[in-house]
Formats: sequence, structure tokens, C-alpha cells
Amino acid sequence: MTNDALLERARAAAASVTDPELPPLTIDELGILRDVRMDGGTVEVAITPTYSGCPAMMEIKSAIETAVRESGAEKVRVRLVLTPAWTSDWLTDSARRKLLDLGIVPPDRASGAEELFGRVSVRCPRCHSGNTERISAFGSTACKALHRCLNCREPFEAFKCH
Amino acid sequence: MATTSITLTETPHIQTLLSLADDALILGHRTSEWTGRAPLLEEELALANIALDLIGQARALYQAAGELIGHSEDELAYLRDPPAFRNALIMELPNGDFAFTIARLFLVSVASDQKWRTGFDDAALSAVAEKAMKETAYHVRHAAEWLIRLGDGTAESHRRAQDAVDTLWPFTGEMTEIRSDARLLWLHAVEPVLKRARLRQPEDGWMQSGGRDGRHTEHLGHLLAEMQILPRTYPGATW
Repeated sequence: MTNDALLERARAAAASVTDPELPPLTIDELGILRDVRMDGGTVEVAITPTYSGCPAMMEIKSAIETAVRESGAEKVRVRLVLTPAWTSDWLTDSARRKLLDLGIVPPDRASGAEELFGRVSVRCPRCHSGNTERISAFGSTACKALHRCLNCREPFEAFKCH
Repeated sequence: MATTSITLTETPHIQTLLSLADDALILGHRTSEWTGRAPLLEEELALANIALDLIGQARALYQAAGELIGHSEDELAYLRDPPAFRNALIMELPNGDFAFTIARLFLVSVASDQKWRTGFDDAALSAVAEKAMKETAYHVRHAAEWLIRLGDGTAESHRRAQDAVDTLWPFTGEMTEIRSDARLLWLHAVEPVLKRARLRQPEDGWMQSGGRDGRHTEHLGHLLAEMQILPRTYPGATW
């Protein structure tokens, strides 16, 4: 296999790795996968954590190593990059659709400090009512918060703008 | 059998990295002690998440320092004795009650928030700061909301919140020693929240210090004993 073909297959393999906390979403759709390149004979994959302490990074790293090896590469190295800092703006449209299908409200665009404090109400993913309230600023994972719909009374999660 | 502690040669830059890392690790560890015993489920999630953010920040900073001095992040966290830790004393104080935990989280997070936004010349440090500032902004908001709820709550919650602020105040000087205007900026951010919480702001007086030089309270030794016992008893243990 030529290096170009190898890189193409490695890239596809890395991009198909899913997030252990959100299995329908790939790390590519979430913006966690930053780069795949050849360094001599080694495939080097760069990933970035959503949050500094994201506990899924170890699992994602080993899943990438396995996937890239299975794609035909002999040597794989996964590198953690911190800059530029991950933002929820990097979620692709397909990621946003999948989140909604899961009943998780995707983040607003244009994240930043102001939005972090300014986002008061989010639309219920089930009945689409805007009459909702935030129950907890922290949810089951670092990237989500807990809300409740005051119309259909269902609790739901929302992806934090970050 | 205990493993041997490491000794470091600390340049001012390494000391900066270690101060930031130790602050985050020690407060992260303290915060994690609430896991399984927080007053309500949502707070359980919140405190665990905050602890995770802090320990994540510490890891990135230890990696940055470790690359310069040839030590792994685990060695820096697990194989140093109390006098080698550079954290401010406020981080190591026991959790106390919920009011104390929240008051400390607020007072510290405001200082951290301003510190991350200062801007750093060092590339590795700015990379960590860029991530940490977004997380810390969230911590400030969460702690402030709780402090207002407690201070402006029942007579009992008000008394506990006021006690906590009074006890913590002499420990806040160490966090704002970095720059001459840091104290003013910090007071400027803390004041409106205390006011909304109907809490009396203590006068700035004599301040506790020594943490940055490794002169710690007795509490740090107990914390480290618990945190370090496994890697020191079973060197190189993996899950």
C-alpha cells in the first residue's frame, strides 16, 4: 500500500471511532479528532479533549490505536493537543442532528463566556416547548447540563455551550 | 515499602507551573472527597465534575512541567513530600460543611478565573489556560449561585456561610500575591456576590502564607497520605 492510501485508510478509521459517552457520535463529528498524518512510517493522530478532565480520552486513544492498526498501519501514535481549545462550535451538523435524535439539545452556535452565562432557556427536544428550566448546571458528563420541560414535564439533557 | 520521594531543581518557571498544578490538584482532590456524600444528587454531579476539571487541569500542567524536568505527571503528583508542594494553603484546608466548601470554591475560582485570563508568555501554559478559563467560568457561576442561596437563605445557612467566609478570608491573600493589582481585581469581583448573598465582607488584615514555599498546614500531609498511598506502596501499579 502506498503511503497516501495508507493515510487515507487510517484517516477514515480514526474518524469512525465513536465517543464512549455518546456512542452514536464519532470523534470526528464532535471535533475531538484534529489531525491524521504520516510521520515517517508512523500514523500520527492528534486529538483534543472537550474538557481538561474528560475521562473518555484514555478510551478514545486506545480505540483509535486499534482502529488505525486494523486499517493496515503498523505504527500508530496518538497525540493530545490542547490548543486551539475545543469549543462546542466544532460539532458538525450531523452531530447536532444525532444529539437531537437522542433527546439531547445541541449547543447554540457561537460559544463563549457571554453565551455561557446568557443561555437561559432551551427548547424541549420532545414537545419543542420553550417553557423549560435548568435543573442542574452539571449533568451526567462534563459536557452536558440537566433541564426540565415545564410543558410536558419531561427532564432532558442539553449539550453545554463551551 | 515506600518508594523514594523525588527532589526537583525548581527554576522560577517550574515553580509557576507547579504552583498552578498543585493548586488545581489539591483543591480537585478535596472536592472529590464529596463524592458519595453531597447533600443532593445534582450537587453530587456538580462537585464530581468540578473535581474532574481541576484534576484535568493539574494533569496538563504536570505534563508541561514534567517535560522540562524529566518527570512523569504521576511522579510529580505521587512522589513529592508536603514541603515540595507549592499550592496555596486555602486549597488543602479540610472541606468542613457544605457552606465552607462552596465559599472556598467561590473565593478560589474567582482568583483562578482572573489568573487564567492574565495571559501567559509560555506556549504550554497558555494552552492550558485557554481550556481552563472556560471551565473555571462555570465553576465561578455555580459556586456564586450557591453562596447567594446559602447567605440569603435561612438563619442557619447564613450563619454557616458567614463563618466560612470569615474563616477563609485570611487564606485568600496567597492567591492574589502574583501581581500588584490582583488583589483589587479579586475584591472587585468578590464584593457584588457577597453583597447579594447578604454576607459581610471581612476587612483585609494579616494573611496566612507559606504554601508557595512548602510551609503547609498539617492537613496537607494527611491528604497526601491518602492520595499517595497506593503508588507508594505498589510502585508502578497499573489498573
